[in-house]
Amino acid sequence: MRMWQVFKNGVLDENPTFKLVLGMCPTLAVTTAAANGVWMGLAVIFVLTMSNLVVSLIRDFIPDKIRIPCYVVVIASFVTIVDLLLKAYQPEMHAKLGIFIPLIVVNCIILARAEAFASKNPVLPSIVDGLGMGVGFTVALTLLGCIRELLGAGTVFGIQVLPAAFEPAIIMILPPGAFLTLGFLLGFFNWAGKRAKQLS
Amino acid sequence: MVKLDNLVVSSSPHLRSGEDVEKMMWHVNLALLPAVVLSVYYFGFRALAIIVFSIAAAVATEAIIQKATGKDIYIADGSAVVTGLLLGMNMPVHVPLWLPVVGSVFAIAVVKEAFGGLGSNFINPALAARAVLLAAWPVHMTSYAVPFVDGATHATPLSILSGAAQGELPSYLDLFLGNVGGVIGETSALALLVGGIYLLVKGVIDWRTPVGFLGTVFVLSWIFGGNAGLFTGDPLYHLLAGGLMLGAFFMATDYVTSPVTKTGRLLMGIGAGAITVMIRLWGGYPEGVSYAILLMNVATPLIDRYTVPRVYGTARKQLARR
Repeated sequence: MRMWQVFKNGVLDENPTFKLVLGMCPTLAVTTAAANGVWMGLAVIFVLTMSNLVVSLIRDFIPDKIRIPCYVVVIASFVTIVDLLLKAYQPEMHAKLGIFIPLIVVNCIILARAEAFASKNPVLPSIVDGLGMGVGFTVALTLLGCIRELLGAGTVFGIQVLPAAFEPAIIMILPPGAFLTLGFLLGFFNWAGKRAKQLS
Repeated sequence: MVKLDNLVVSSSPHLRSGEDVEKMMWHVNLALLPAVVLSVYYFGFRALAIIVFSIAAAVATEAIIQKATGKDIYIADGSAVVTGLLLGMNMPVHVPLWLPVVGSVFAIAVVKEAFGGLGSNFINPALAARAVLLAAWPVHMTSYAVPFVDGATHATPLSILSGAAQGELPSYLDLFLGNVGGVIGETSALALLVGGIYLLVKGVIDWRTPVGFLGTVFVLSWIFGGNAGLFTGDPLYHLLAGGLMLGAFFMATDYVTSPVTKTGRLLMGIGAGAITVMIRLWGGYPEGVSYAILLMNVATPLIDRYTVPRVYGTARKQLARR
């Protein structure tokens, strides 16, 4: 039961993108298409879960003063694994995501979960927390990617959705489109959250 | 004992005049009329259709949002009309008619009402919408028409001047009267000057912003604008071409998004002028008035903070410590 709470916390109550507003750099930069969002999310799920697992395992051995460098070493190892895996099996997507795969090392969500959760909790909840946060991040990025791809190219996951008469608004796949979409989604989720609280 | 029942106690301002937001806005609309008439003369009734669509969409969006958010519906203040009119005047004549509608909805719903409505928006709604449309549908927004010729598109004087397009530069007279390619409302410097001077005389706008704006563009384009070295530029051409007149008199002076202090207004004009020249001479776009004003809109709170006038009777040091 508690595991489910931890998982749900990551996806909904403390969604890294819409509630904590962490890891904005990849969120804004790679979500020009829905597929990019999914792959970026998958990479983060893997790194976050594995780093939470390892950090939780070694939490009693690391001296307090140098804990941050230790976390970064752990995180960087898994990011390197993801980077090489993607390069080997998904070269096209690796080329699209480009620098933002190595940059997962400095993604705030991952360090934040290591510091705030994995270093204080046993192994199993840490894994679940990593999964929950990762899924929350993936859902958010995919949502952003879908909206931007739909309005900016008329497609979703590369499939033509809007009629050919629709003239894509190129701004949506440019950086301003990322900020506009994120702003609207943040506003919507804040409003929905307030409403849910009022109702209950 | 004097009875005080009939005395009204209220906060300032106590000096009353007939001027209010509504009057000011309709002054601006009236001042834009000569440019609208000339644009219809040059580009035909399609220009009028674009402006009408733009205004109608702006006013309708304002009414719908004010209704939905439970505010008093107050579209008669003319501010939505000004936004729609300015946006319509900022479009080439051949854009499809849904473009002004999309632009007006964005200007009112996102830039104005989402930030709290009249008086709360941090950038000029019409210009922000223009920037969005330019980034979203660049082909539509940069196909400028030639006056009196249906369907033909033409380079603007500024894009020829910057070497981005081939063509013969129009004469000063054509530039002044507006017989050149460009967006609907920007081509005629004469009509815009008439409207601008009307606003200055009526006291609707402060002279500092347009004078600072035009003066800076004049001086900087004279110094840096020439190919033969410093001080060989053609400042008059830079003054008359593009959207400078429209921007300097009608957009940089927007009450909501420009500084309230006198020094600040001058700074607003100078800053916008400097950015305009930078974009025109060295930037990727042939014209930079709209981006210059938007950037200065964002800087406005900062300008206001640093140009607070000294309160009468206080020492100068106190100001420095603020």
